[in-house]
Formats: sequence, C-alpha cells, structure tokens
Amino acid sequence: MNDFIRFENVSFAYEIEGEAAKPVLENFSLTVHEGEFLAVLGHNGCGKSTVAKLCNGIEFPQKGRVLVRGLDTASEEHLLAIRQCVGMVFQNPDNQIVATIVEDDVAFGPENLGVEPAEIRKRVDAALRRVGMYDFRRFEPHKLSGGQKQRVAIAGVIAMQPACIVLDEPTAMLDPRGRRDVMDTVKMLNREQGITVVLITHYMDEAAQADRVVVMDHGRILLDDTPRRVFAQTQTLLRAGLDVPQATALAKELRKNGVDVPADVLTVDELADALVRAAQQN
Amino acid sequence: MADIILETKNLTYTYAPKTAGEVTAIRDVSVAIERGTLVGIIGHTGSGKSTLIEHFNGLMRGTSGVVLLDGKDIWENKKEIRSVRFRVGVCFQYPEYQLFEETVYKDVAFGPKNMGLSEEEIDRRVREVLSFVGLEERYLELSPFDLSGGEKRRVAIAGIMAMEPQVLVLDEPCAGLDPIGRATVLSLIQNYQKTTGSTVIIVTHSMEDAALIADRILVMNQARLAFYGTVEEVFSHAGELQSMGLDIPQMMRLYLLLREKGLPVSKTFYTLEQAKKAILACFKKGENA
Repeated sequence: MNDFIRFENVSFAYEIEGEAAKPVLENFSLTVHEGEFLAVLGHNGCGKSTVAKLCNGIEFPQKGRVLVRGLDTASEEHLLAIRQCVGMVFQNPDNQIVATIVEDDVAFGPENLGVEPAEIRKRVDAALRRVGMYDFRRFEPHKLSGGQKQRVAIAGVIAMQPACIVLDEPTAMLDPRGRRDVMDTVKMLNREQGITVVLITHYMDEAAQADRVVVMDHGRILLDDTPRRVFAQTQTLLRAGLDVPQATALAKELRKNGVDVPADVLTVDELADALVRAAQQN
Repeated sequence: MADIILETKNLTYTYAPKTAGEVTAIRDVSVAIERGTLVGIIGHTGSGKSTLIEHFNGLMRGTSGVVLLDGKDIWENKKEIRSVRFRVGVCFQYPEYQLFEETVYKDVAFGPKNMGLSEEEIDRRVREVLSFVGLEERYLELSPFDLSGGEKRRVAIAGIMAMEPQVLVLDEPCAGLDPIGRATVLSLIQNYQKTTGSTVIIVTHSMEDAALIADRILVMNQARLAFYGTVEEVFSHAGELQSMGLDIPQMMRLYLLLREKGLPVSKTFYTLEQAKKAILACFKKGENA
C-alpha cells in the first residue's frame, strides 16, 4: 500500500503565554496508508486531536515533518493542495456549519476552491446523495438532528473531493441512530469510494470497525495493529485509560470461568455465535 | 403511597407561539419522580430532554402545565424561584466551560457563597464534595485551568453538589470523556446518590450507561414522554425504542440473539455483570458450577 500521510519524528507543543510550552507530541512517527480505515484511540489529552490538526496544516510541527502524498504541510505553496486532499470533520456539527441552507453549506468548500458553478451543482447533489441527505437540501441546518447535521458536514467535505477524510470524534454528541448513520456513511466512503479515513474516537466499538487501530498514550504510539489484536491487549488498554468493546470484555470473563469462547471476539454477533458453538460442544 | 419529590403535570413549552416559527419542544409531559431515585433520561437529539430539565429548576417556565417540587408549584411565588434553583441543581453539558475562578476552592465555593452560607459551612461543603468527585485536597489551591479535561469536569460537577440540592440534574455528564473518565464520572455520581440519598437525574445518549446506573428510565420522543419505568420495563419496548432513534444496551442485544439461537439463558440481562452471571449459569460454570 502507498503511503498517504507520513509523520516523521514530529514534535509539537502548544505555546501558553508566559509559561513553558507543554509538549504534546515528541518524536512521533506514523504512516497512514492510501485507502485504509485507521482508527486512533487515546485518553483525553493524549495528543489525538493534535495529530488530526497536523494532517492538513491547521497546526505545523515544531520539529520533524508531516508529508501528505509526499508534500510537506509546512510549505505554504502546498497548503491549498493539501487541504483539498485531506478534509476535516470535527466533534460539534454546530461549529462547522456556515450557511443557512443545507445545499449552500455543502457548496461552501468547492466555491472556495474556485470550482465552476455547474460543477459545484453536480458535486453538491452527488455529495448530499452519498450521505443520504439529498431530500433535506433546502432545509435550514438548525432544523436537522445532530446526526443529520454531521452528515451535512461530511457532505461539505466530500464535495471538495478529498482523497482522505480525518474525523475528530464525529459522534461524541450524537444519539444512537445519529452515531450509526455517521459510522455507516464513513464506512461506505472508505469501502465504496476508496477514501482514506482517519477516525479519532472514544468509542471502542467504532474503532473495532476499522482496518487498523493506533492507540496513543501521552504523545506516543502504544499499540498499532488490527482491531482484533489491539483489543486482545486488555491490560495495556486499561492502563492507557481506555477500554475494550463490551463483547470482548465479556468473552474474557467467560473464558476465565471455563466457557470455551475465543478471547478475541469484537462484536455481540460474534460472541453469540461463539456461545452457540460452545453450547453444542458442552 | 410513593414519596414524590418532583412532578410535572401536563407540562408544555412552545417556542414563538402563534408565529410561523412555532415549535413545541415539550408537549403534555406528566411524570412523577420518587425521592431518592437515580433517573436516566434518554431520547433522540431534539426530543425535548434538555428543555424538560430546564423546567425542573425554573430556568424555563412552561407555556402551560405545572412543575411541583415537594408538592408545591415552583412558580406559585415568583420570588421563591431563586431558592428552587438551589434545591434543584442543574449541571449543563460541558460544564467545565463555565469554570472561571482562580482556584478550584473558589470555583466550588461559588454556589454555596451565593446561598449566603457561613464561611465554616462553605468550607465543610467544599471539602466534602471534593472527596465525592475523587479529587485530593491539594487540588483546592490549583487553578481549574491547569487540570485535565476529566478533572475540570469533576470540579464543575462538585460546584453544583456543594449547593447540596435535593435534586441533582446532569445533562450528559460523560460527553467527550475517554472510557476511564466516563467510568469515573458514572461511579462518582452513583456513589454521591447512595451516600446522600438525594434524587439524581442524568441525561445520556448511552443505553449501556442508563442500564448500568439508573433505577428508572425516562424516555422522551418528539417532545412527548414515551415511557417512564424500570430498566426492565423500558427496554422491553426494544422495537419502539429503535424506531425512536434509540437502541437497547449491547448486552441485551446479546441476550436476544442467544434466545433467538435457542440458548436457554433464563433471565434478561442488560449489563456486563448480569450477562456474565446468566451465561455462566447457563453453562453451569464459575460460581454456579
């Protein structure tokens, strides 16, 4: 797989006036591959959101460099190309919607890129259809639910036709249906459109749906593997302030007590099947 | 007869009535909350959860209907509404954004100070609630802005607890916290409720959290009260909850799958601990062997 985003020995600290800067990342290296669905987990303050902001030049490394398709985010001439290539979706949908009508909001990005009006129309319609919000194109955004607003925000990003989308806790403020709709949309964009996805989340069951999970702890990478192998490391995850999906936690407890189920189940469905098999052999 | 602390009768609130923008945020809500219970409120975004809790302490006044606190209409005497706000403490979403004092001590003391309490009483309360939220004494002299996100959240919650409200209302107290932060906040709320015996109402989007800590669950759907009952009663309406944009706890989904596949699990389970017990019993393993 081709490298898409490369963090090379990146150090980063936020400057606070009159105080020594607190390092967030030190000598941090990570490669995001083209076309993959990568989830990033970590406790509050571990540097996840900083990683997101470094991906498309919202923040810049103080040491080391970040390359997007080989282009250095620190060089101003590449910035527009990089931002076109890597789209961002944030936690609170209300902070990212700018227009008073859904379709105007989705058009905002491509307009800023100088796309031709006829082409903008096409892209807006296509993007709204992709996220299942086309029927709401003339709605006022404030009349939508949280999950719907977040899908409009995602449509606004895909109208810019990025090759990669970075989402920073996009479901933190959503109800169960909103969460499911946003996750389905993200998976569809990755699997059907081949868009590279970096999903930062606090929900273990969302990370379990990714191809690869990176676990961060105090600015460094603690684990980097498939969800199945990452969630097998319960103790390491707990020490890092995290957890495992409920199905994984239950499977481990049952094994400890002599029920023959695999230790690495990720979902409730897998656990149900494993329990039925175990019952037949019992 | 049940001992009711907080009750709404036919409570309705309409934004911009008789205009084109008229929206009814809560409609005809009648619910009676028993003293000393831990209530979980669930509902889709825009279902009226937040509007409802803002009526509990008189931040909003219903277009029609009443709110009774200890049997008395909170709006009966307008001058007393200030004391209602001390008796029903509401902690809003992301309460750490409202921290403003130089030290944690001053921030937590802000509410009790406004109540006109003596210095000694304020001091007692500040120290007591700090232990409720699991922070050591040394935090008292720190600036709240130097704390981590989870710690700030706990300081903000302590500030409401320090008013010793009869009813503590928390709007999504775990939103945006990492798993350990969530677990910490949930268990400190449970512990506070058990120790003080006060009534606690918590709004959440997590069916797992509701099943884990609530005695009763209140479900809002499209501005109306859909259900109010025990965890068992409410989640027995699985299909209806899903059509409301809600869900059932993951462990209950496992229970339903196992039943469907013919595994003889006896009792419905909602939490991890319950699931472990029921499945081990079914396999005659563990404590049941």
